[in-house]
Amino acid sequence: MSVNWKNIALFALVGALILGTGFYQSWNTAILILNMGLISAIMSLGVNLQWGYAGLFNIGIMGFVALGGLATVLVSMPPTLEAWSAGGGRMILALATGAATIIAAVLLYKRIKPGRTRTLLLVGLLTGGFFLYRYLFDPAAEAIEKVNPAGTGYLGGLSLPILLSWPVGGILAAGVAWVIGKTALGLRSDYLAIATLGIAEIIIAVMKNEDWLDRGVKNVVGIPRPLPYEIDLQKDPGFVETATSLGLDPVTASTLYVKLGYGVLFAIVLLILLWLAQMALKSPWGRMMRAIRDNEIAAEAMGKDVTRRHLQIFILGSAICGIAGAMMTTLDGQLTPGTYQPLRYTFLIWVMVIVGGSGNNWGAVLGGFLIWFLWVQVEPIGAFMMDIITAPLADGSALKQHLLDSVAHMRLLTMGVILLLVLRFSPRGLIPEK
Amino acid sequence: MDVLNALVAIANYVLIPGIAYGSQLALGALGVTLIYGILRFSNFAHGDTMAFGAMVTILFTWWFQSMGIHLGPLPTALLALPFGIAGTALLLLGTDRIVYRFYRAKRAAPVILVIVSMGVMFIMNGLVRFIIGPNEQRFADGARFIIKAREFKDMTGLREGLAIRTSQGITVLTAVIVVALLFWFLMRTRTGKSMRAYSDNEDLALLSGINPERVVTYTWLIVAALATVAGVLYGLDKSFKPFTYFQLLLPIFASAVVGGLGNPLGAIAGGFVVAFSEVTITYAWKKVLVYLLPDSLEPTGLVQLLSTDYKFAVSFGLLIVVLLFRPTGLFKGKAL
Repeated sequence: MSVNWKNIALFALVGALILGTGFYQSWNTAILILNMGLISAIMSLGVNLQWGYAGLFNIGIMGFVALGGLATVLVSMPPTLEAWSAGGGRMILALATGAATIIAAVLLYKRIKPGRTRTLLLVGLLTGGFFLYRYLFDPAAEAIEKVNPAGTGYLGGLSLPILLSWPVGGILAAGVAWVIGKTALGLRSDYLAIATLGIAEIIIAVMKNEDWLDRGVKNVVGIPRPLPYEIDLQKDPGFVETATSLGLDPVTASTLYVKLGYGVLFAIVLLILLWLAQMALKSPWGRMMRAIRDNEIAAEAMGKDVTRRHLQIFILGSAICGIAGAMMTTLDGQLTPGTYQPLRYTFLIWVMVIVGGSGNNWGAVLGGFLIWFLWVQVEPIGAFMMDIITAPLADGSALKQHLLDSVAHMRLLTMGVILLLVLRFSPRGLIPEK
Repeated sequence: MDVLNALVAIANYVLIPGIAYGSQLALGALGVTLIYGILRFSNFAHGDTMAFGAMVTILFTWWFQSMGIHLGPLPTALLALPFGIAGTALLLLGTDRIVYRFYRAKRAAPVILVIVSMGVMFIMNGLVRFIIGPNEQRFADGARFIIKAREFKDMTGLREGLAIRTSQGITVLTAVIVVALLFWFLMRTRTGKSMRAYSDNEDLALLSGINPERVVTYTWLIVAALATVAGVLYGLDKSFKPFTYFQLLLPIFASAVVGGLGNPLGAIAGGFVVAFSEVTITYAWKKVLVYLLPDSLEPTGLVQLLSTDYKFAVSFGLLIVVLLFRPTGLFKGKAL
């Protein structure tokens, strides 16, 4: 395999952009861009798996990312014992009842022949199950939320190491993806899009409103970290000594240490996933996937179970998004369900995949870094441009003020324009599929 | 008497809001379904098109208000509506010329067009936020109510009041007029017939000498009108906030799919099915039950099946049920 200088140059360019941010703005911003770029790269790797390999159009990435965030809370926060004794058992029972009702309904639907009896039984079962569920659920939720609402008011987590929440986030996302895939795959491609759009909104609504689960819009703060706190590092004489010997003051050194630590952790995950994705792409499985994407009918005629394979890859891609979501919440140290915006968490990832090059893992990674860099930097650039444009206008004029205030919305416009330009003039992206 | 009170309560809290919301959804879904039928893709920019149309109308409304032009008891926005439609039509025709035409000529796969519409959505969303900002805007004026709850109580002597807001009355009336015009156009005029022919079978329509670009242009014009009317009515009835319009995408798509994508009649039926399911499932039925049931059976809770925060779950649930059991929708749509 010959060395591809163009690709190396592209990655070098992104590296230079981030380094440039370090030199001209601040190293703090640069490392933040790097860390979020790593997470974005993982997300776009997941979407690339779905879109690039299989041609599945998932626009519910936000939901899977949010589920990953939920996983960090459920895994790593300390349990609220008082809340558990107040309503924990009843809550578990309620959720089990809900699940049992749905499973029973599915079994009923499959076992009994179609007809009026089946319809009546189904309606009866679902209504009964729903009211039983609400009867168990409502008091339990109320009791749990009453326990110290300002501090906890939720069940808490399992107090396990935070790193465990990354795979758990993936598993949660995979579970939801299975349900969605079962329903919407095998129909028109647009239906999967609409279904995923819907489930993402619902996941966010649940996370915002079910206070017993994750405190809703009251947010969960102080999620444990996989790395030491800066303040502890500054107290550690060994660390301070090393820092001073390197010519750094301990405060800066501790923040850099923690941020770079995250960067290393994220990079390890990215490299593992990238390696797995590359191996999968080269394997017979990957060839089969691309064969299905390019000609479903031919692949089906060759005896491939198209819907099953689609389900498989849809679950895998969503799981990767879940992992990335858990990593992001870990980096933030808090879960804020109110901040999940579809434009930021779903459509931006799509721009990354398409600009980078759908069907090529390296392209997806490059797109993740590049678009994240632009997303962060468009605002200062936009403000700078707007200053130039509005310079001839008189100070204090309403139009000038309005234009200057609107700079924040330049991001969406720019991303839309970039997406359309790439789709039109270079539809295979920066690093095209081989 | 209690039965009457219960009926009035149902009318006030379920029937009237449901009809108004259903009309708004139906108009939105008609736009989606027309684009699907003729341009053959799901237009994810539709919610933001509605927002854009409403925004242009709001800007004209403010201008008229500042000049002292009013429509008496009717909202000034009705006067500004034609200008809003014109602005949106220009935007949509421009987008078609710059963006969509290229892919149409290439006969790109529908999913590519969906992604392109996502890019267009980004741009329109940015444009709206850039011009009017992301905050809530109020632009309704004129009389607020057709019937006030208190007047109704005095008139009938019932304990329950019935209020009809002007915006609700206007919504229903406008929707009826717009839908009637649309169906007249599709069924009776030459252009409408050529649109239906094109939607049924593109190749056959081309063979019989129908100019596809003309059909597409008319489609965008109609879609601009539908989207603007839907957007303005929704804004008058609730309030205008760009992000809410983006979120309307889900119930609108649910309406179009429930009715059968590509089928205009289905879109209207779907709009009402989705609206009424949403309103009945999120309404707290306690008030009605108190009137109907004997005192001993009076409910303790609110008897609300789902909290209003989960109204999207209702559209979504309907969508899933239809996808599972009847993927072509209630009326036979084209999609599978």
